Amino acid sequence: MAVEPKKHEMPTQDAKTRARNFKEVALGYTAEVAVAEAKRCLNCKNRPCVDGCPVNIAIPDFISKIKENDFEGAYGVISESSSLPAVCGRVCPQETQCESKCTLGIKFEPVGIGRLERFVSDYHNANFKGEPEIPASNGRKVAVIGSGPSGLTCAGDLAKKGYKVTVFEALHLAGGVLVYGIPEFRLPKSIVQKEVDALKKYGVDVETNVVVGKTITVDELFGQGFEAVFIGSGAGLPRFMGIPGESLKGVYSANEFLTRNNLMKAFNNDSRTPIMHAENVAVVGGGNVAMDAARTALRLGAKNVYIVYRRSMDELPARKEEVEHAEEEGIRFEILRNPVEIIGYNNPDDRRDPRNGFVTGIKVRKCELGEPDEKGRRRPVEIAGSEYVIDVDCVIMAIGTSPNPLIKNTTAGLDVNNHGGIIVEEATGKTSKEGVYAGGDAVTGAATVILAMGAGKQAAKAIDEYLKNKK
Amino acid sequence: MYRIAVKRELNPTVTMMEIEAPLVAAKAQAGQFIILRVDADGERIPLTVAGCDTLKGTVKIIFQVVGGTTMRLNTKKQGEYIQDFVGPLGCPTRTDGIKKVCIVGGGVGCAIALPVAQKFHDLGAEVHSIIGFRNKDLLILEDEFKACSDKLTVMTDDGSYGRKGVVTEPLKEAIEAGENYDEVITIGPLIMMKFVVATTKPYNIPTTVSMNPIMIDGTGMCGGCRLTVGGKTKFACVDGPDFNGFEVDFDEAMARGTMYADFERKEREEFCNLFKKEVK
Repeated sequence: MAVEPKKHEMPTQDAKTRARNFKEVALGYTAEVAVAEAKRCLNCKNRPCVDGCPVNIAIPDFISKIKENDFEGAYGVISESSSLPAVCGRVCPQETQCESKCTLGIKFEPVGIGRLERFVSDYHNANFKGEPEIPASNGRKVAVIGSGPSGLTCAGDLAKKGYKVTVFEALHLAGGVLVYGIPEFRLPKSIVQKEVDALKKYGVDVETNVVVGKTITVDELFGQGFEAVFIGSGAGLPRFMGIPGESLKGVYSANEFLTRNNLMKAFNNDSRTPIMHAENVAVVGGGNVAMDAARTALRLGAKNVYIVYRRSMDELPARKEEVEHAEEEGIRFEILRNPVEIIGYNNPDDRRDPRNGFVTGIKVRKCELGEPDEKGRRRPVEIAGSEYVIDVDCVIMAIGTSPNPLIKNTTAGLDVNNHGGIIVEEATGKTSKEGVYAGGDAVTGAATVILAMGAGKQAAKAIDEYLKNKK
Repeated sequence: MYRIAVKRELNPTVTMMEIEAPLVAAKAQAGQFIILRVDADGERIPLTVAGCDTLKGTVKIIFQVVGGTTMRLNTKKQGEYIQDFVGPLGCPTRTDGIKKVCIVGGGVGCAIALPVAQKFHDLGAEVHSIIGFRNKDLLILEDEFKACSDKLTVMTDDGSYGRKGVVTEPLKEAIEAGENYDEVITIGPLIMMKFVVATTKPYNIPTTVSMNPIMIDGTGMCGGCRLTVGGKTKFACVDGPDFNGFEVDFDEAMARGTMYADFERKEREEFCNLFKKEVK
């Protein structure tokens, strides 16, 4: 039988409708479509997809189970390697990971591995009624700082090995970037909550409203009987460009804009947290966070939303699917443009004019692509005299973050690099301080959910070995 | 959930609460702040710590009832609970090497200035305090300031209590009379702090201001609390809330503080209407 050359399409909400609501965009495969998509897998000998997965899920094995209509069996295979399959099936950049290695992809479109992973975990969440098997406790305490993807993964793996794990979260809700950063329309918060609840069933304690480095220090955690600590505190301070006008009213960091909306539910009328409902919005940056911010602004009612990015469409670091979704929804891409100034309203005759100090536009300079930089991406070169103003009333800066200083400032013996990232041994997440491990954005700077999960997983393994040898 | 162990009205618009939060109480120092949410839909608001009792495990907060959230907080009774309470956040007020200090507080800012004055007093420094209010009815914490100050001047705008006038007048007089302050620390409305800085600058007396911008997480994640200090972007939650007053761009901070003025007005009105309904 000939192989279907294309992936089965993911059903989505109609672009016009979804651009005005916060419901999930992608609707997921039905069982029938999932089985048909699974049958596209060649079950090849080399299994290159497994190497493409940062947590090495046995991809052909779970796909084989789908072929046999054994969806719970498929879930069992995935959960051996991944703690958050419903999350990863939605937000992993599969096109640069597992799917980029797929043998079928040499001639045709690769197998829709991410879509299948999502199907399997949604099936499990909807249908599984049993209780997980709780491992016998070994009575040893491990602290995990941060309840984002790396922390949840590390906590889950250690709990499954019998450790008594406590997760400390600074915010009032667990989930880290999965709840404050990634919007509802891409990752419903009910899914994150299910994953957190599942961990609690394994005996993991989650302590919210605890800022490690302030409320309690790493050294004090050891004093309380924790034998190892994993730091997964995430990325921190948002970066700004340093151009004039960044303090005007209507300029947000993407973190603030998304936190107001995702964590604090500002889109909802019952929320007490305000957010600007702007008509024209410019989002500076080209990553997933920029796409999330742009699409959120659109859903809050904006007429025009621009992505301002200094390279071309080919260099956009965002997931391909997010860029496509954004384009379908009507986000406009002002590519090869570099902002030089944000312009604000100023009524010289009336200092009390309420419009004073609010954003009216962003001045950008055109760029062209020059020589590739050290990462191989072509450098943008500004074209002198090419400036023009885009009329906007809101500007969102989505140009990355630098690591949070709270833990490094209060933990003696914890080495950080000159960017402020915690220095670790790559394979284990071991830091310069005895018994302390770290992973995720706190180490790498802003990266992906799955890389953070991979780091959490490696660290859990290393912590287990460390504690077994320590006795 | 965090229990309100004590609630007391200090004046018709200012309330004091002691909240049970032993982890925070064990750590909090003068100059630091907490973030709280009143209920499950609530916004996160920062309030500077007004004192703590490590034995009882309580943290004292003093707030002015100005917006929707502080109105909601003020409806909570002693013995009831608030949803979230996290801290201590920010850096403590710097005290090293300061032997003689002038603390200048304005309005509800005096609640935050008090623990700072007490700390200097406990460290053996000479403490002069100048506290200012709109009128006699709004006066708070006079006895507490008296107890920890070598010299206390109370000012009211309308002269209904203490001396009539603004806080910068006695400050300028003291400086001109030869009081050699190592540091002036000022906490209150932005406009007052701006003028305190304008008063001390000609004499080049180091002046610390305590900033209280709009915040969400308070841990250095969202960037909402950014200020321009010495021409650089700083985050009040992790770099502050205390800053060198000579370097703070007050005009910008004042403008940013009004970003949600419309929303806040609506919130207040909505809350007041809600309250009217409940009373009926």
